[in-house]
Amino acid sequence: MSTTTMNATHSHDDHGPLKGWRRWLYSTNHKDIGTMYLIFALIMLFLGGASAMAIRAELMYPGLQLLDPDLYNNIVTNHALVMIFGAVMPAAAGLANWMIPLMIGAPDMALPRMNNLSFWILPAAALMLILSFVVPFFPGGGSQINTGWTLYPPLSLKVGMSMDFLIFTIHLLGVSSVLASINIIVTIFNMRAPGMTVWKMPMFVWAWLVTAFLLILIVPVLAGGVTMLLFDRHFGTSFFDAAGGGDPVLFQHLFWFFGHPEVYVLLLPSIGVLSQVIPAFSRKPLFGWNSMIGAMIFLASLGMVVWAHHQYTIGMSSAAVNYFMIGTILISIPVGLMKFNFIATMWRGSMTFETPMLFAISIVIMFVFGGLTGVMLAIVPADMQYHDSMFVVAHFHYVLLPGAVMALFAGVLYWLPKWTGNMYNEKLGKWFFWTSLIGFNGTFFVQHFLGLAGMPRRIVDYSIQFAEFNFISSISAFVYGLSHLIFLYLVITTIKGIGTTKAKPRSWEGAQGLEWEVESPAPFHTWEKAPKIDKEGHYVK
Amino acid sequence: MRQAAKIFSLILGVLIISGYAFAEYGLNFPAPATDIGQEIYDVHMFTMIVSTILLLIIFTIIIYSLFKFRKSKGYEADQNFHKSWFGTWSWVMVPAMVLGVDFYIAGEAQGVLDKFWNAPKQNCAREGANKDHCFDMNVKTIGHQWWWEYEFPEQGVNFNGKFYPIKVESRALDKDQTSEELYLRDVDNQLVLPVDTTIRFLNTSVDVLHAWWVPELGFKRDSIPGYIMETWATIEKEGTYRGQCAELCGTWHAKMPIVVKAVSKADFEQWIEGEKAKLLAKLQEANSNKDWTKDELMTKGEQVYNTMCAGCHQVSGLGLGAAFPALKNSPVAMGPAAEHINMVLNGKNTMPAWKQLSDIDLAAVITYERNAWGNSASVVKPADIKAAR
Amino acid sequence: MSSAQNNYFIPEPSKWPIIAMLSILLLLLGSALSFNDVSVGNYMIVFGFALLAYMFHGWFSEVIGESLSGKYGEQEDNSFRQGMFWFIASEFFFFLCFFGSLYYLREIAVGWLSGEGYLAATQEFLYPAFEGAAAAWPTAGPELVGGAFESMGPTGVPLINTALLLTSGVTLTIAHHALKKENNSGLVLWMWATIALGLTFVGFQAYEYIHAYGELNLTLGTGVYGSTFYILTGFHGFHVVMGSIMLIVIALRSAKRHFTPKHHFAFEAVAWYWHFVDVVWLGLFIFVYWL
Ligand code: HEA
Ligand code: HEA
Ligand code: HEC
Ligand code: CUA
Ligand SMILES: [Cu+2]
Repeated sequence: MSTTTMNATHSHDDHGPLKGWRRWLYSTNHKDIGTMYLIFALIMLFLGGASAMAIRAELMYPGLQLLDPDLYNNIVTNHALVMIFGAVMPAAAGLANWMIPLMIGAPDMALPRMNNLSFWILPAAALMLILSFVVPFFPGGGSQINTGWTLYPPLSLKVGMSMDFLIFTIHLLGVSSVLASINIIVTIFNMRAPGMTVWKMPMFVWAWLVTAFLLILIVPVLAGGVTMLLFDRHFGTSFFDAAGGGDPVLFQHLFWFFGHPEVYVLLLPSIGVLSQVIPAFSRKPLFGWNSMIGAMIFLASLGMVVWAHHQYTIGMSSAAVNYFMIGTILISIPVGLMKFNFIATMWRGSMTFETPMLFAISIVIMFVFGGLTGVMLAIVPADMQYHDSMFVVAHFHYVLLPGAVMALFAGVLYWLPKWTGNMYNEKLGKWFFWTSLIGFNGTFFVQHFLGLAGMPRRIVDYSIQFAEFNFISSISAFVYGLSHLIFLYLVITTIKGIGTTKAKPRSWEGAQGLEWEVESPAPFHTWEKAPKIDKEGHYVK
Repeated sequence: MRQAAKIFSLILGVLIISGYAFAEYGLNFPAPATDIGQEIYDVHMFTMIVSTILLLIIFTIIIYSLFKFRKSKGYEADQNFHKSWFGTWSWVMVPAMVLGVDFYIAGEAQGVLDKFWNAPKQNCAREGANKDHCFDMNVKTIGHQWWWEYEFPEQGVNFNGKFYPIKVESRALDKDQTSEELYLRDVDNQLVLPVDTTIRFLNTSVDVLHAWWVPELGFKRDSIPGYIMETWATIEKEGTYRGQCAELCGTWHAKMPIVVKAVSKADFEQWIEGEKAKLLAKLQEANSNKDWTKDELMTKGEQVYNTMCAGCHQVSGLGLGAAFPALKNSPVAMGPAAEHINMVLNGKNTMPAWKQLSDIDLAAVITYERNAWGNSASVVKPADIKAAR
Repeated sequence: MSSAQNNYFIPEPSKWPIIAMLSILLLLLGSALSFNDVSVGNYMIVFGFALLAYMFHGWFSEVIGESLSGKYGEQEDNSFRQGMFWFIASEFFFFLCFFGSLYYLREIAVGWLSGEGYLAATQEFLYPAFEGAAAAWPTAGPELVGGAFESMGPTGVPLINTALLLTSGVTLTIAHHALKKENNSGLVLWMWATIALGLTFVGFQAYEYIHAYGELNLTLGTGVYGSTFYILTGFHGFHVVMGSIMLIVIALRSAKRHFTPKHHFAFEAVAWYWHFVDVVWLGLFIFVYWL
C-alpha cells in the first residue's frame, strides 16, 4: 500500500508524541488536540444531558418535585450553555482539527501552538461555568443564575456574583472560538496541498470555512454585550436602564446578533459532515456541489441580518418586524437547497444503511420538520402566540439535535475507524440509532402540543392540563438519555478494540477523500510530504 | 433493513394514533375570543398546513428512494446524475419554488400584521378621533416580581392580581394542590373587562421583564421596565380566559397567572363601581385616626402577609431554601422595630421595597410578622410607619 | 493560493499555551472575585498579570528565536499574516458592538423615551417632562442618572489627539520605509517617534478623563452618555496602551536588528494593529465627540 510506504519511509524518531501527560498538555499535534476536543465535548454532553434529565424529571409531574425554582432555572441556563458551548461547538472543532489537515493534505494546522491554546481555554471556561453554577451554594455566594441562557437584563443585573463568573466564562469561550476560527481559516487558505484548489476542497472543509468566518464576526459582539452587562452590574453605567436613557432590549439585540448566526455555527459543520456521509453511502458524488457552497455562504450572510425574530414581542415598528419576518422566511431558500441536494444525492444512488447513513437520512427528515416549525415561528402574528412557549423549545431541539448533535454522532461514527483503526460494532450502532430516534421524537414531538395549548417555557411548575404530554416527554427523554450510554459503550469498545474488526485505510466502500488514503489509525504525522492531486481532485499515488 | 422500515412505519402509526387519542387535551391554540385572535389562528393553521404538505412531499420522496435505490436490491449508482440538465439547473429551480411559497406565506402574514400591529392612539370619545381605529378605554398592566398589577387610568381603579390559592408551603403541600383543576391558573382578583369595547393595553413593569399573555386574546407582549408598550383587543365573547407570565422573570415566573373575565358592559360598570367603593373605604380607613389594636393589626396583617409576602417567605414563615430567609425566629423580625420597618419599606437585594403599601397595611404586616409563628416582639402602629417614611 | 509545502514548520510541544491559559484564568477568576469584594481576587489578579507577562516573554522569546534561526519560510510568514489579519477583523467587530449600541441608544431608545417612534407612549405615561431640549443628546436619561453634566466637545484635547494619532500613523509608515531600505537608525528613530506620539495620546486621554470627572461631572454613571463615552474611549485607550507596548517591543527588536527588508512579520503585524487603532479613533472622533 503506497500510503503505508510513504509514511514508513519517513522517520518519526525526532518528533513522535511526548510521553505521559505532557503529550496532551503541551501538544502541538492536530490529531491529539482534535482528540482532546472530542473527549471534552463528550464529557460536556453528558453533563448537559444530566441537567436535561434533571429538567425532565422535574417536569414529569405538576408540582415542585425535585428542584427549587431558582435551582431549576440555574440548571436550564447551565444545560443550554453546556450543550451549545461545551458539547456541540467543541465537538465540531474537534472534527475540524482532526479532519481538515487530513482532508486538504496539510501536515498540521497552520498555527499549532495557538491551536493548543484554543483547546485548553475550554477546560478553563468549563471550570468557570461550573463555578457559576455552584458558587451560590457557598456562604456569601449570592443568588443563583435564574435568567436562562439568554441572560436578559434587568434580571441578570440582579443575580449575585455567579453572573460575573458566567460573563467571564463567555469571554473565555469567545477567545477560544475566535482563536480556533482564525486557525482554521489560515489552515484552509494557506496549507492546502498543491493542486487542492478551493474548488476541490471537500465540502466539510468548506462548511467549516464559512463557519469560522461567521464565528469571527459574531463572537466579539457577544463579548461586547456581556462586557456592557458587567459594567452595568459593577460600574454604574446605564446601558440597560431606562432611567439613564438606556434600554434593556439593547442587550437582546446584541445577544441575538450573535445568537441567531450562532445557530448556523452549530448547523454548518454538521451540514459538512452530512455532505461527506451521504455521498459515501450513496456511492455517488454530492449533488449540487456549487449550489451547496453558494447556499452556505448565502445562509451565513442572511443569517447575520435576521436576528430580531427572537424579539418580536419587545415592541418594534411594523417596518422592522416586516423586514425581520421576510428575511427569516427567506432562509428557507438556502437551507431548502441543502436538503434538496442531500435528497438528490441519495436519488439514483446505491445506498447501504450503516449507522452514519441511518442518522443522515433521519436527520434530513427531522431537520426539515424543525426548520418548518422555524418558518412558522418567523410569522410575526403567529409568533405572538408561539413565543416563549414550549413550541419554541420543541422547534429548537428539533433543529439542534438532528441539525447539530446527531450529525456530529454520524461524523464520529463515520471517522471512528480512521481514528482508532477499528470498525465499531455495527449492531450496537443500530441499537443506538433506533433508541435515540424513538426517544428523541417522543421527547420533543409532544412539546409542540404543549406550546400551542399555552404552556410557557422556563417554568418549573405547570397546571394539570399539561400533565399528560409532559409525562410522555419525560419518559421518552429518559429513553433518549439511556441511549447515549450505548454510544459511550460503543466508542470505548472501539477504541479498545473489543469485539471489533480492523479497519482498512478506506474504511467505507464509497468513501472519498484524502483522509482515506492514509492508514487506519492515521499515524501521528500525516502528509509531511504533500500529496499529489490531479485535475479532478483525486489523489495520485 | 426491512425490519427497520417496519419499525419506522410503526412509529409513524403510533404518532398518528396518539394524535387522535389526545385530541381532547388541547393540541392546538384555544379558541380565540377576539377577531384578531381568530386571524392569527387562521394564519397559524395556514402555515401549518403548508408545512405539513411540504413535509409529506419530502417524506414520500425519501421513503421512495430508500426502497428503490438500495445496494441490496442491486441498484447501481448513476454517477452522472448531478451532471444531467436537472443537476445543472436545480439550483435555480429549487430556490425559485421555495421563494414562491415563501412570498405566499409572508403575504398572508403581512395582511394580519398590518391589521393589529399599531395600537389605536386616540380615545373614541375624543372630538375628531379616527373612528375606525380608536380605543374606548385604557388598561395598564404592570408586571411585578411576581404578580400583576392592573390600573384603569380613566376610572381611577387600581388593584393587584396575585397567584391564588396561596397554600404554597413546602413541596408536599404544593403537590396536594396539583389535583386541583385550576392549579396555578387562578388569581385572587380577576381582571374584569367589558366585551365589544376596544381596549388599549399599556404594558410595563417595575422590576424585570415579564410578558402579559392570554392566549385567547391573541397577543403576548413583553413588559419592559421603564418603557410602555401598547397593544389592543376587542373581546367578542364573554367568558373567563386564563393565561400567565411568559417571560422568564426569576424565581416564581411559573406563578404569575392572569385571569381575564370578560363581561357585558353593564356588568363591567357595576364591577368598576364596586372597585371604586373598595378603594374609597380603604382611603377612609387610612385617613381616620383610629387607634389599631394588636388583634386588629394581626388579623389584617395575616391577610396582607398571605397575599404579599407568602410567595417568598411562605405561609409558615419558614422561608424557602437559602434564597428566602425564614421570618420565624428571624433576628430582624424579633429585633428592633426600626430595622424591621426599614427592611420592609426599602427592601434589600431580592427583597422588594414595599413603599406602595399603605401605612396601615405595613403596620399590620410587620406586626403580624413580629408576633406570628411563635415570634414575639413589639407592635408597630401606622404612625411608626409614617415616621419612618 | 496553494503552495509548495515541504517542511512546514511544526513547533515542538510547548508549555506556553497552558501557561497562557492559566494566566487568563487567574485574571478572570480574580476579577470576578474582586468585583464582589472577595479579597483573594486581588492577589489572583496580580499573580495572573505576572504569569501573563512571563508567558508573553517566554512565548515570544521562543518565537523570535525560531524566527532568527530561519525556521520560518514564506508559507509560515503567510500564516502569521493571515492570522493577524483575521484577529484584527474580530477586534473590529468588537468595536462595532459598541458603536452599534451607541447608535441604538442615541437614535432609537432615547427617541422612544422622549416620545418618538413605536414606543412613544412611554413618554406620555412615564416621562411627561422628557421631551424637546431636555431629551436632546447628550443626555443622562429621563431621570438624569448621575446628575447634571457637561459633554465633551470635539475641539481641544480630542482634536489634538486626532492629530497625534494620525501623525503617529505617518511616522510608523516612514519607519516601515526605512526598514525596507535597510536604514536601521532611521527605523529606530521613527519607531520611537511613533511611540512618543502614542504615549502623549494616552497622557492627554488621562488628562481628559480627570477633567471630565473633576469639572464636567461626566462619569461612567452619567446616564447613557457617560456610559457610551467611557466604554468607547476606554476600550480604545486600552488598545492604544497595548499597541504602544507592542511598538516598544518592536523598537527594541529593531535596535537589535531583528528585521530584514523581506522578513519582518512582527513589525507589520504591529503596524497593522496600530493603523486599526487609528481608524477606530477616527470613528470615535466623529461619532462620540463630534456629531
Ligand atoms: C441549529 C439550530 C437552529 C436552526 C438551524 C434554526 C433554524 C431556524 N430557526 Fe430557530 N431557533 C434555534 C435554533 C435553530 N433554529 C434556537 C436555539 C432557538 C431558541 C433560542 C432561545 O430563545 O433560547 C430558535 C428560535 C427561533 C425563533 C424564535 C422563536 C421565539 O422565541 O419566538 C424563530 C423565529 O423566527 C426561529 C426561526 C428559525 C428559522 C426560520 C430557521 C430556518 O433556518 C429553518 C430553515 C429550514 C427549513 C425551512 C426547512 C427546509 C426547507 C425546505 C424543505 C424548503 C421549503 C420550505 C419552505 C418553502 C418554507 N427560530
Ligand atoms: C445543543 C444544544 C442542546 C441539546 C443537545 C439539548 C438536549 C436536550 N434538552 Fe435542551 N435546551 C437547549 C439546548 C440543547 N438541549 C437550549 C438552548 C435550551 C433553552 C434554555 C433556556 O431556556 O435558557 C434548552 C432547554 C431545554 C428544555 C426546556 C426547559 C424550560 O424551558 O423550562 C428542556 C425540557 O424538556 C430540554 C430538554 C432536553 C433534553 C431531554 C435533551 C436531551 O437531548 C439530552 C440527551 C443527552 C443525555 C441525556 C446525556 C447522556 C446520558 C446520560 C447523562 C446518562 C444518564 C441517563 C439517565 C439518567 C436517563 N432542554
Ligand atoms: C421577592 C420575594 C420576596 C417577597 C415578595 C417578600 N420578601 Fe422579604 N425578603 C426577601 C429576601 C430575598 C430577603 C433577604 C434579603 C437579604 O438579606 O438579602 C427578605 C428579607 C426579609 C426580612 C428580613 C429577614 C431576615 O431575617 O433577614 C423581612 C422582615 C422581610 N423580608 C419581610 C417581608 C415582608 C413584610 C414582605 C411582604 C410585604 C416580604 N418580605 C415580601 C424576599 C421577599
Ligand atoms: Cu413574570 Cu415571568
Ligand atoms: Cu434565530
